[in-house]
Amino acid sequence: MRRWLIRILLGVYGAEALSGLALLGVVLRARFRRRYPPRGATLHGKRVLPGFRVALGWTVFYLLLIVLIPVSALCLKAASLSWRQFWSAVTSARALAAYRLSFGVSLAASLIDGVIGLLLAWVLVRYRFPVRRLLDGLVDLPLALPTAVSGIVLTTLYAPHGWIGRRLQPLGIKVAYTPLGIVVALIFIGLPFAVRTIQPVLQDLDPEIEDAALSLGANLWQRFYLVILPELLPAWLTGVTLAFARGLGEYGSVVFIAGNMPMRTEITPLLIMTRLDQYDYAGASALAAVFLAVSLGLLLGMNAMQRRKSVLPILM
Amino acid sequence: MAIALHARSAAPPDRVVTLLNVSYDPTRELYQDIDRAFAATWKARTGQEVVIHQSHGGSGKQARAVIDGLQADVVTLGLAYDIDEIAERAGLLPRDWQSRLPYRSCPFTSTVVFLVRKGNPKRVRDWDDLVRPGIAVITPNPKTSSGGRWNYLAAWGYALRKQGGNEGAARDFVSRLYRNVPVLDSGARGATDTFVQRGLGDVLIAWENEALLVVKELGRGQFELVTPSESILAEPPVSLVDKVVDRRGTRAVAQAYLEFLYSEEGQTIGARHYYRPQLRSVAARYAAQFPRLRLFTVDEVFGGWQKAQRTHFADGGIFDQIYQPGR
Repeated sequence: MRRWLIRILLGVYGAEALSGLALLGVVLRARFRRRYPPRGATLHGKRVLPGFRVALGWTVFYLLLIVLIPVSALCLKAASLSWRQFWSAVTSARALAAYRLSFGVSLAASLIDGVIGLLLAWVLVRYRFPVRRLLDGLVDLPLALPTAVSGIVLTTLYAPHGWIGRRLQPLGIKVAYTPLGIVVALIFIGLPFAVRTIQPVLQDLDPEIEDAALSLGANLWQRFYLVILPELLPAWLTGVTLAFARGLGEYGSVVFIAGNMPMRTEITPLLIMTRLDQYDYAGASALAAVFLAVSLGLLLGMNAMQRRKSVLPILM
Repeated sequence: MAIALHARSAAPPDRVVTLLNVSYDPTRELYQDIDRAFAATWKARTGQEVVIHQSHGGSGKQARAVIDGLQADVVTLGLAYDIDEIAERAGLLPRDWQSRLPYRSCPFTSTVVFLVRKGNPKRVRDWDDLVRPGIAVITPNPKTSSGGRWNYLAAWGYALRKQGGNEGAARDFVSRLYRNVPVLDSGARGATDTFVQRGLGDVLIAWENEALLVVKELGRGQFELVTPSESILAEPPVSLVDKVVDRRGTRAVAQAYLEFLYSEEGQTIGARHYYRPQLRSVAARYAAQFPRLRLFTVDEVFGGWQKAQRTHFADGGIFDQIYQPGR
């Protein structure tokens, strides 16, 4: 079994290396051609990027191997249940509570990431101050830190006797072992995605446009709302979507801070793990399949939103 | 891989043998000592060097890892049901595995006791105090942790055997108890950390060995052990994984390893780590460190693990029902 797996993985990485070489070849050829165009050929009527077929072939192959095959295996396992068993597994009160929690906390955390991320990106791009480089580097830290470590650290800080939790307790705010704690963990985990998607767009945004708006009599709010925001919105949405997707799948940090109470602080990935630990493979796959389908639907929807310009006035 | 290569270069291949012991959560310290002592014994007896690798985690999770292909030579898990599942689902060992070693394959027993904060500020004396409103109880999730399952069954058994106790009363008692539980960790060690390191909860329901470890070593002077009037006899069993030892050719050494647990030396190491020894002589020597209380078994009260598992911990079982809204 393990050998079989290793062989497949070797196959995948081998194929990847090969295809990487192939891709490199294609790119080099394109460069060569651009510099020395074949006689008689013009750019008109030709694709600007060459190697479309090779690239598409590889993309489809890669997605098939990395995404579609495992997902089909998952669905196949779930299909070993009868329709009735499947339905009761994925619509039990406990499962519904877990979906609600997972989607709710991920959405809340990603929106907060959107606000904080915009602020951070703005400060990092528009201002020059002594520790800017260091701060810029720190933004990526949550990506590198093992999620279990961030979970344990956050729990220690926010637990009732922790450094922050102790100060929040008199105010009646409980963070660790409540849904709020999960949101805190997910904000931490998702922040780099929001910052890193907004930052480059902000960098390219010419401050002269704002000056122009100012000279035309736009006030501060109008300059932000009518000039900057429309430019940033697609990137902002991408950042929020990435943070949201990351939050949905996050397991390592959440299990420490959540308290893991059925119906209250049990996220869907944890429920899936619990099912597995009870040897209920089919039930776990059924939950995973539903979670996957809903996530995919939501992500596709959010992607579509980014593409449609008409959505801008609606959002504003 | 690197370890294997290194070992091979250090001695001729037939002189070094490795074993993997897949165990449950709170046995880390125990098996560290056992492994060292056994390696010395085996070396003296056969001249062969043995390197024992350990894996720890929630008992159910560990059993699943073995079912999924983790190459364990021996399993030393928290309860018999998890080894039954390995026999049942993967066929890696015969179904009558439990009759192959003395004392139904349990070299040590343990029980479930309470750990409270110094001075026992909430005055916890017995099981009834755990269901009082305003008491926060820490216990791991019985769905994933063997310790959690022993705790649950101990509470149920207490309520059932109490004067005027019956099924309904036991169910009500356990529901009220779990209403006082603010966090469900997935393993016993996690629950201990929540109670000891994070300072959450008034009472930790814990393996006796885990509680004694905290009182005598980890949190000296900060905690007290409370012995309830009665509790469950916890029987964590051990077994060879036949298919694995036969394929790897490690049956003899693995068998010797398990038998070592029953030896005078193995039993003494266990007792030093607060596991109740089976061997009379050792038990007598360490009698003072173990609190005396009435103990009932799973077989007596629940009719065996298979039945207990089906009724209480299976999907939609009583533990799930406790958490359904509107009950």
